[in-house]
Amino acid sequence: MLVTRGFKGRRREGDADRLRLPPGQFLTPEFPVLTTGPTQHTRLDRWSLALQHGGSLLGKWSWEQFEALPQTEITCDIHCVTKWSKFDTRWRGVTIDNLLRAAGLDAAPTGFLMAHCDGGYTTNLLIGDLIEARAMIATHFDDLPLLPAHGGPARLLVPHLYFWKSAKWVRRLAFRENDTPGFCESHGYHLRGDPWREQRYEGDL
Amino acid sequence: MIGAAMAAAQWRVATVTAIRAETASVKTIRFEVPGWPGHLGGQHVDLRLTAEDGYVAQRSYSIASGAGTSPQIELTIDAVPDGEVSGFLHEELRIGDQIEIRGPIGSYFAWSAEHDYGLLLIAGGSGIVPLMSMLRSRAAAGATQHARLLYSSRSIDQIIYRSELDRLAAQTTHFTLTHTLTRETPSGWAGEQGRIDRVMLTRRQFTPAGDPDVYVCGPTAFVETIAEHLVAMGHRASNVRTERFGPTGAIRT
Repeated sequence: MLVTRGFKGRRREGDADRLRLPPGQFLTPEFPVLTTGPTQHTRLDRWSLALQHGGSLLGKWSWEQFEALPQTEITCDIHCVTKWSKFDTRWRGVTIDNLLRAAGLDAAPTGFLMAHCDGGYTTNLLIGDLIEARAMIATHFDDLPLLPAHGGPARLLVPHLYFWKSAKWVRRLAFRENDTPGFCESHGYHLRGDPWREQRYEGDL
Repeated sequence: MIGAAMAAAQWRVATVTAIRAETASVKTIRFEVPGWPGHLGGQHVDLRLTAEDGYVAQRSYSIASGAGTSPQIELTIDAVPDGEVSGFLHEELRIGDQIEIRGPIGSYFAWSAEHDYGLLLIAGGSGIVPLMSMLRSRAAAGATQHARLLYSSRSIDQIIYRSELDRLAAQTTHFTLTHTLTRETPSGWAGEQGRIDRVMLTRRQFTPAGDPDVYVCGPTAFVETIAEHLVAMGHRASNVRTERFGPTGAIRT
């Protein structure tokens, strides 16, 4: 540990908050917007969500069909790789478990998943990070429809991983045998991105 | 590639070798980073500061210096009001101090000489920093494609790198520089006035002709607005690369 001469830190977080913050993160009440390109605007009458396995389609939902699936509310802390964290964010959407059930699957396929989004963004995930109520397709934030800048109409929400994994404007979930890097992961970011292990970048253990 | 990634993820002890004021609230700090793996224009680094009692703060900052493998790199840092880290860097940091650093990080919002296409750069405030790194990289690499920079500042004394940008614009025929000032304009001002809008973008030839690469960096609302204008003007969304206020989004502390 190298002590930085003269650095004391402001410690705006109390002890309880500090325990909730993964290493290297700071707390913000704001909700910053980070996107690699322009915000996508997808009309609801043209929106659909597809679930694929290998080359086959497991299920596909229009916006009305998707809104009719069982809804789940969760309150969670979120952590961005750019260092900000936000506590007690409130979301509503459809868990991946319920999505799989709606597609008639008793269990998730084994292996990995690539999420594909409007605008071309992708991110790769382990199936284990998505099931057992760990992840959802979120359509509402604080009881309101999710704004386009925050990923609306629908984004992936995987709050226990760095937030680049919670891909905005998600349209297609593709189960697959192999793990290959998505967009950020092929530009120097970690394949899995666990904030508690500080897996920010390629090369972090 | 794995070797390069491992090198980028590794924390290194950097030594401050120079500090200079760019404007009243912006400083450039030069670091000697032994073993620096080299970077592209537009990439960033993480800094890690540790207090005596073990409290740690980390922040990301854009690299200001041009691409290359020199162990001397420069960061240009805006003093954010009440900023925990930027305040320390501005007020406490001295030549000879040591600080932990790792990088370079992010290869998407970056310019490489292998992709020397027409280039449109749009900066708001300290959003100029990664774009300046790209311009310095282009100048050093002898880039041949035309680049345009539209740079929005509140007032003339808040323009970062003003004399160097003027010099670059005077020295090369394939770089066009336009400033716009949003609050105060001195008498005889020949640049643009007011916020960047679609009319200004068109007047300054930030058009899709030639399918240029576009990089936009600044505060969130600035970037959102301009990215929407660009897409409405016909730029392919996949050509428009954005970064909200450097690498750290809406918040910099």
